[in-house]
Amino acid sequence: MSVTVIIPTPLRKLTNEQETVDADGAKVAEVIEQLQTQFPGLKERLCDDNGVLRRFVNVFLNGEDIRFLDGPETPVKDGDELSIIPAIAGGCCC
Amino acid sequence: MTTTNVTSTYFSGLKCRECNKLYPADVRYVCEECFGPLEVAYDYDAIAKDLTRDVIESRGANMWRYKELLPVAGDVTVGPDVGFTPLVKADRLAEALGVREVWVKNDTVNYPTLSFKDRVVSVALTRAKEFGYETVGCASTGNLANSVAANAAAAGLRAFVIIPSDLEVGKILGSLIYGAHVVGVNGTYDNVNRLCSEIAGRYNWAFVNVNMRPYYAEGSKTMGYEIAEQLGWELPDAVVSPMAGGSLICKLDKAFKELTKLGFVKEHNTKIYGAQAEGCSPIVNMVKDEADWIKPVRQPNTIAKSLAIGDPADGVYAAGTMRNSGGWGENPNDEEVVAGIRLLAETTGIFAETAGGVTVGAAKRLIENGKIDRNARLVLCITGNGLKTKEAVAGSFKAIDTIKPSLTDFDSLLQTIQPEELPCQ
Repeated sequence: MSVTVIIPTPLRKLTNEQETVDADGAKVAEVIEQLQTQFPGLKERLCDDNGVLRRFVNVFLNGEDIRFLDGPETPVKDGDELSIIPAIAGGCCC
Repeated sequence: MTTTNVTSTYFSGLKCRECNKLYPADVRYVCEECFGPLEVAYDYDAIAKDLTRDVIESRGANMWRYKELLPVAGDVTVGPDVGFTPLVKADRLAEALGVREVWVKNDTVNYPTLSFKDRVVSVALTRAKEFGYETVGCASTGNLANSVAANAAAAGLRAFVIIPSDLEVGKILGSLIYGAHVVGVNGTYDNVNRLCSEIAGRYNWAFVNVNMRPYYAEGSKTMGYEIAEQLGWELPDAVVSPMAGGSLICKLDKAFKELTKLGFVKEHNTKIYGAQAEGCSPIVNMVKDEADWIKPVRQPNTIAKSLAIGDPADGVYAAGTMRNSGGWGENPNDEEVVAGIRLLAETTGIFAETAGGVTVGAAKRLIENGKIDRNARLVLCITGNGLKTKEAVAGSFKAIDTIKPSLTDFDSLLQTIQPEELPCQ
């Protein structure tokens, strides 16, 4: 399963400044593992020492927050778009 | 894009709020190590040398009288007249709420777009110009879009504002009128927010609440400085503030702490209370449930659209601010929100948007349930103007009395009106 991953600006140093990259996996967690293989260091930015997604990292699958799906266990399919967004971005009004 | 003149004597860089890693004061908003938010690092000793209460009081009646405490390096180029809105003593509202003293911080008349957002936008766009940007943008529930559109127009910047497509008519028109490119997204604010992060990552624009965020957010502090100065350099016992992303409540607390550090006020014992609408209250729920993290709301459902953020960026910090100050949170329902708007209007002559109704409704609950002391000096932060969200209250009135132009008809009408509703003879 090949998905397109949108890389946020703060992580692009690790992806040779690429804004989008392709990665394989059957679920979100596997895609993140595969990103680490392609771009060493990426996983430790996204996950804490226990391998759990950091609280300030949000991941969206085709625009849907994976916290509303099955989290890292959410299955992915060919052609899906995975977007990594710093949780602190945005925040409007009060 | 040319970058010039980006630091000042009073601030030197950005610091991660989570891991304290330092960065230069350039265009970045998130820690590369831990994804924590970046905040401006000030040199308070340098500020204390130049800024005194006398210096502040000698300056113009706008938020830039506190300029040394704001992250701009050079002259103020956008929004020099923003802020210093009235702090109104509201005795009739105090009586209605059953509390000793109420003051209304009235940002319904903030300049130029009638919401507190002009404070953050003037800082963000002044900073964006220092970085050499020519196009600016935002993700917004309306007020921020209006402010970015207007202030960008005045400054000669191109503006893209991105909003949920189902916003109130007044808030959409209130951006279009200034010549901004308005993009409506079929989805929630949180969908808009995610999209704007992706857009900011692709196009080299200054998004005020994405890549300008560390600077932008500091503008909110001026509401706190003004409250203290307008109370005669004293802090109130309690403040109630509306919460959407949760930033304002944190910055009020920061402002009070800074004023204490600089010796402008004696001590900061203010209890800080947050207000959200029942149909979208992830931060209030975190406080009430004693949870340690935000549980996002997937589909907000409230008339208070300006507060309808299901995944608040500063939610965890906002909850911490309430807890650490001894405050609390409340989440009135839409009916209480409308009642709050009307109570504020009928007792103070101030017409607030839905967020103001949320604030008044929450204050009422907090006083009734004893979380706010009835002997308190209470400040309510009213952040936006009711003329932008008229449809929220329009349905709460019956049709007006209509008569022929005849004194007899008028006399007959008066007979139908209850005596207590009649004006004084």
